[in-house]
Amino acid sequence: MLPFLLRRAFSSVIVIFCVISITFVLARITKGGPFDKEKEPPPHIKEALLTRYKLNGTVWDQYTAYVSSLVRFDLGLSTRYRDWRVSELLQQKMPNSFALGTLSFLIASCAGVFLGSLAAMKKDTWIDRSAMFGALLSISIPSFISGPFLIAVFALWLGWLPVGGWGTVSQMILPAICLAAPYIAYVARLMRNSLLDVLKSDFLRTTRAKGLTETQAVARHAIKVAILPVITFLGPLAAHLLTGSMIVESVFNISGAGMIFVNSIQNRDVFLLGGAVIVYCVLLVLFNLFVDVIYTLLDKRIKLYA
Amino acid sequence: MPEAVAPASIARPDGWQVLKRNRAALIALGFLVGLSLIAIVVPLLLPDELKVTSSASFVPPMHHAAETHATHVLGTDVNGLDMLYRLLSGARVSLGVGLVGALISLCIGTLYGMISGYAGGRIDGVMMRTVEVLQSVPRILFIMILIAALDDYVKEWIDGWRLAAQARNWTDLAANISEVKAYSKVLVMIVSLGLVEWLTMARIVRGQVLVLREMTFVTASRAMGQSPVGVLRRHLLPNLSTIILTYLTLTIPAVILDESFLSFLGLGIEDPAASWGSLLKDGAQVINPLESKWWLLVFPALLMSASLLALNFLGDGLRDAFDPKSGD
Repeated sequence: MLPFLLRRAFSSVIVIFCVISITFVLARITKGGPFDKEKEPPPHIKEALLTRYKLNGTVWDQYTAYVSSLVRFDLGLSTRYRDWRVSELLQQKMPNSFALGTLSFLIASCAGVFLGSLAAMKKDTWIDRSAMFGALLSISIPSFISGPFLIAVFALWLGWLPVGGWGTVSQMILPAICLAAPYIAYVARLMRNSLLDVLKSDFLRTTRAKGLTETQAVARHAIKVAILPVITFLGPLAAHLLTGSMIVESVFNISGAGMIFVNSIQNRDVFLLGGAVIVYCVLLVLFNLFVDVIYTLLDKRIKLYA
Repeated sequence: MPEAVAPASIARPDGWQVLKRNRAALIALGFLVGLSLIAIVVPLLLPDELKVTSSASFVPPMHHAAETHATHVLGTDVNGLDMLYRLLSGARVSLGVGLVGALISLCIGTLYGMISGYAGGRIDGVMMRTVEVLQSVPRILFIMILIAALDDYVKEWIDGWRLAAQARNWTDLAANISEVKAYSKVLVMIVSLGLVEWLTMARIVRGQVLVLREMTFVTASRAMGQSPVGVLRRHLLPNLSTIILTYLTLTIPAVILDESFLSFLGLGIEDPAASWGSLLKDGAQVINPLESKWWLLVFPALLMSASLLALNFLGDGLRDAFDPKSGD
């Protein structure tokens, strides 16, 4: 286990480093600098600003300066929000996105596993068909359609839940459902196919032969095996939920990390963009690692090769 | 040269027959063909006064606007543009970006997967590790940064062509080029999405090639002195065609979703060009409980969801028919 973890940590650092390099270089060769405004500042002031933020000279010089500050765990200053450190801005915004992502993750995995198992056990009945049609439907409806629709029905028409904002539990429900909807469908489809395969297997026939009911057989034995492909999907799922929250944050007016990306690209705020990319990549890598470890704990046959 | 026989189809019913029995997939196909024809033909037939901005903003559907002397079947938007025209030109852009973006990713993915699968060994290992690494990169962020970086260069490049045309006094061409400039974002998005969406295709194609290259007819062809490129082109590509078609159909909705996602955030298609995503962005901005302008939101939402549903139905149908590995 330990060599595997070390090797993964090493390759993860390389991946993150590559992503950062490409992000930084692309952001710096993009036309328009962080201090270009409609009212052009005098050249010597712009030059002084660029020097202060270490953004003058060739792209290579800027890049090495940035990397050397990263090595000292310094994400730099935001060029847009003057005198704010990137780390402060991220600390302020990340918790909201993180809470939303976690809640959606729980909804997507639990509801998906439940609906998928139900559909597999009731194969070819109306329950199965409507669950699978519903899954295809919710995959086909993007969150910026389902979001306003949910607001219109549950907030404006029925008046059960608030329209937007963030802080209370009732304000979290709609955005979390909206974000989770397509992934409930992915998990359900995966779970259904996997459980159908398991239901045909010999060891399950044994459990039925020894007198367990179908529900008992599935709950005690089949789920444990059938859930493995779902668990491999949880890593990508976490990634999708992290980036997907951009739309949901803008629809529900939540002040989270998603909008940092959009705004920092538009403002050419290169250090803030870099900082946000780093946080996302690190979370992603950690999550994939976590999934691999869980996988070996659940399925003893799998060995992690170092 | 004898015809290469698809090995997977020997024991199974012909995939096309399976597909023909799948009524949902056929309806979806009909819907998509119909929609594409309507999106191409109808905007050409609409009267010109509907296609320009007017003072008749927010006219509800089926109402006659005194300002334009025209009935707006689906209403108008904030600039007094007819929604039917906007919706159909949005369909052109969205479906076009989806199709061309998916085709680009198909070319890259197929080529990559075929080389990786056929070469095998260490080359295969390195190429597949690269795909895994790329898959762990947040894709949509990458597209965002790529689009921001490319956009201004493409605009400048188009401007260069316009100036060159003006210098030679080709005024018509110059006018055409400045119209094209409005659609420069479309070009940028097609390229960026195509460059990012090929990973699944590469993995699927490589998996199939690994199976196919062990087949006797491949060995026979090699023994007769066929070069690797010849084997790939003559024998593997025909056998891969249905699976490529299947994953092309499943890539199109993914590209359309990404495009609309970016356009909704204001990073994608810009006015005067429209796509379903940018229309929905405009619609979502004016949603309020007092005076609902529902037609701005409902029509693009319905058309987009229906198209994506149809594409997914068709893709699932094709996968059931042609992908031997896809379960039940």
